[in-house]
Amino acid sequence: MSALLRHRLVWPAAVLAGLLLVNVIFTDGFLSVQIRDGHLYGSLIDILRFGAPLILVALGMTLVIATGGIDLSVGSVVAISGALACLQISGLGDQGSVGGVLAAVAVALALSLALGVWNGLLVSAIGIQPIIATLILMVAGRGLAQLITDGQIITVNSAPYKLIGGGYWLTLPFGIIIVAAVLTLTAFLTRRLALGLLIEAVGGNAEASRLAGIRSRGVLIMVYTFAGLCAGIAGLMISSNVSSADGNNAGLWIELDAILAVVIGGTSLSGGRFSLAGTVLGALIIQTLTTTIYSIGVPPETTLLFKALVVTIVCLLQSQAFRAKVFRRRAAPPAGRPAAEEKKVGVPA
Amino acid sequence: MAAPAPILRMTGIGKQFPGVRALDGVDFRLMPGEVHALMGENGAGKSTLIKVLTGVYGIDAGEIELAGEKVAFSGPLAAQRAGISTVYQEVNLCANLSVAENIFIGREPRRLGRIHWKEMRRRAAALLAGLDLDIDVSAPLSAYSLAVQQMVAIARAVDVEARVLILDEPTSSLDADEVAQLFRVMRRLKEQGIAILFVSHFLDQIYEIADRMTILRNGALVGEYHISELSQVELVAKMIGREIVELERLEGKPPAPSGGPLIEAEGLGRPGAIEPFSLTIREGEVTGLAGLLGSGRTELARLLFGADHAGSGSLRIKGAPASLRTPRAAIAHGVAFCSENRRAEGLIPDLSVRENLVLAMQARRGWTRPIPRRTQDELVAKYVEALGIRPADPEIPIRNLSGGNQQKVLLARWLILEPRLLILDEPTRGIDVGAKAEIQRLVAELSDGGMAVLYVSAELEEVLRLSHKVEVLRDRRLVAELPNDEALTTDALMEAIAKGGRS
Repeated sequence: MSALLRHRLVWPAAVLAGLLLVNVIFTDGFLSVQIRDGHLYGSLIDILRFGAPLILVALGMTLVIATGGIDLSVGSVVAISGALACLQISGLGDQGSVGGVLAAVAVALALSLALGVWNGLLVSAIGIQPIIATLILMVAGRGLAQLITDGQIITVNSAPYKLIGGGYWLTLPFGIIIVAAVLTLTAFLTRRLALGLLIEAVGGNAEASRLAGIRSRGVLIMVYTFAGLCAGIAGLMISSNVSSADGNNAGLWIELDAILAVVIGGTSLSGGRFSLAGTVLGALIIQTLTTTIYSIGVPPETTLLFKALVVTIVCLLQSQAFRAKVFRRRAAPPAGRPAAEEKKVGVPA
Repeated sequence: MAAPAPILRMTGIGKQFPGVRALDGVDFRLMPGEVHALMGENGAGKSTLIKVLTGVYGIDAGEIELAGEKVAFSGPLAAQRAGISTVYQEVNLCANLSVAENIFIGREPRRLGRIHWKEMRRRAAALLAGLDLDIDVSAPLSAYSLAVQQMVAIARAVDVEARVLILDEPTSSLDADEVAQLFRVMRRLKEQGIAILFVSHFLDQIYEIADRMTILRNGALVGEYHISELSQVELVAKMIGREIVELERLEGKPPAPSGGPLIEAEGLGRPGAIEPFSLTIREGEVTGLAGLLGSGRTELARLLFGADHAGSGSLRIKGAPASLRTPRAAIAHGVAFCSENRRAEGLIPDLSVRENLVLAMQARRGWTRPIPRRTQDELVAKYVEALGIRPADPEIPIRNLSGGNQQKVLLARWLILEPRLLILDEPTRGIDVGAKAEIQRLVAELSDGGMAVLYVSAELEEVLRLSHKVEVLRDRRLVAELPNDEALTTDALMEAIAKGGRS
């Protein structure tokens, strides 16, 4: 089991290492991490910090995808959550009041949860295909976010709120701590408790799971709710980092990055087996890629194209069929060996 | 028959899967114009040999010669182009496409570069008419029964100018008439010089149709025999590698059940699936369910498990009214259901043997109360041992197991729940003699232990051997309940099925 898991994560890890290597070459002192004013600083810390919202959204997405579904609405939930929190904080008499900020955060997260439940009900109770069901909220949610912000950008000036996405705690950026907590919780729920098995069963064969007595409706509602919550937390982080809420652009296209992170991490879009560690690696690859684009000075007008190229290469590297073809033809022993091993593991009977 | 040059010769074939040595130095040859049976228990390597031959898998050792030329197919399509067509155990067609599309998929008749639909339908109908099948070829395949789908698959395989036709358990879902029809077609193909490789677990069928056979055991070659050289008993002994005592052990009628009524169905029915029926199953009683394919056997079983909603009637479990609206509710009442369609309704292919085995128990406990890993390992080890599941590594994905071993895992999934009523829908379909005897003995033991069993099977001998009473279904109606006494024979049972009344 652990050998297999190691195996699956070899390629994403290699890609991440490669990207970091590029940065080491192009950027002086890329790997150095310093303590300044009691806070950790450095490029690596930045990657983790700026990648935190994506990791969160991707974690939620992982469970949804493992059930064979997909959640397109997370970007909109990110915007709604940030907008609602900022709207409430901006209305506070004292924006620095911890109680007021906590209340605002609670309301924003509650709404995110509710939106997740909504998605889950559409998919499980009404039986709409996930891509359509969540498309509804993806489009309507953007509108809702703009409604909340009244089409403006709400700015706040609240120290407690700033902590979530831009602050530090125990020398670490607070966002990293939140991600670590959510990741630990998710791993506990899915791997220590039996939620992971039930999710993989529903994603692997929904009818067989029903006949085995799994309440698949409950499982589906749970994963969409969890995805909503993760997106909500990510929304707070993003808006807190810039101390403002932008209903139009906050979390725009983050759902696509999150889906990409899940897929790079080795979870199949058709559902079934999932890997949380793989997803974290996938999200870090995407964030590192963004950092790399800035650090090696790719002209801004070609960044999207550059990103697309790298992602294409990553996906090709991940494909067993592709690796088998390319490496076998070259007959290069060091590269050919792992490819051949991987291939055997994938053989169905 | 003087020995002509073999059309196909496989020598020293070896194939290794992770954790499993599937084939080891197997030789195999096939003459033109013969029906050659490939025999072996589940997991003996029959399916793997076929998949190696048709290029689904590569080989690790050995070589394959077709008509004297060394070949290595990159996939089933390449094999088909070279004249080797395959019909697999489970129908591998697209249920949402029409019958004609399924027959001609990938090689549609064209005119001016576009598909010539009319010609396609005409040729499909002609082809099926050759198999005595008169159906609407423009209807979607899913509109037809599994048996018809199987015939369509054969029609498709036959039409591609095959030199070698591989039939991997084509008869497991066919009734007697359909089997006879298939055999007619096979004989016709044989006369045309096509070599047919035939896999079936029905020994009678082998002896009726085959000329020669090759026996495999545990991935190794046992031998190649003329059908007249080997009696059925000798054949079975060679397949399982030991003397068969299991089959005899169940002789004699089972003791009469002593327990009170467990399940009482009163006018239970579902429109379009099965007409209202009343049925009582006692504790410790094995109730056989007999009837032709499509007579409503599975539908009845599904109602008792809550897999479908009942449209009418009521159900009492241990005297108390119960409503089985979902499988979950049925499981809570101690009812378990092992589906006949294990690929669609049983297996979670990506999950391991262990995870598949504990799934129902975990579902009953809920996700907040995981089964401790040690308990899981103990349960799995116990049932892998008790049911002889091979390979015995519980951590490999269940899709790497052979069909019969998958079936044993699914059976174990329900047994660990210790149900009060175990519904087995064709539990021995497509599995070998040794495993079949094991499962039958298990059923007898379970019922002796007080568990009620509803046993659905198309094999009447099996139903008679195990059951205390037999329910007969005909045209989606429960037409008779026959106590399994001395007077009840397979002939009497067949008559009841045919006439729909007491014999």
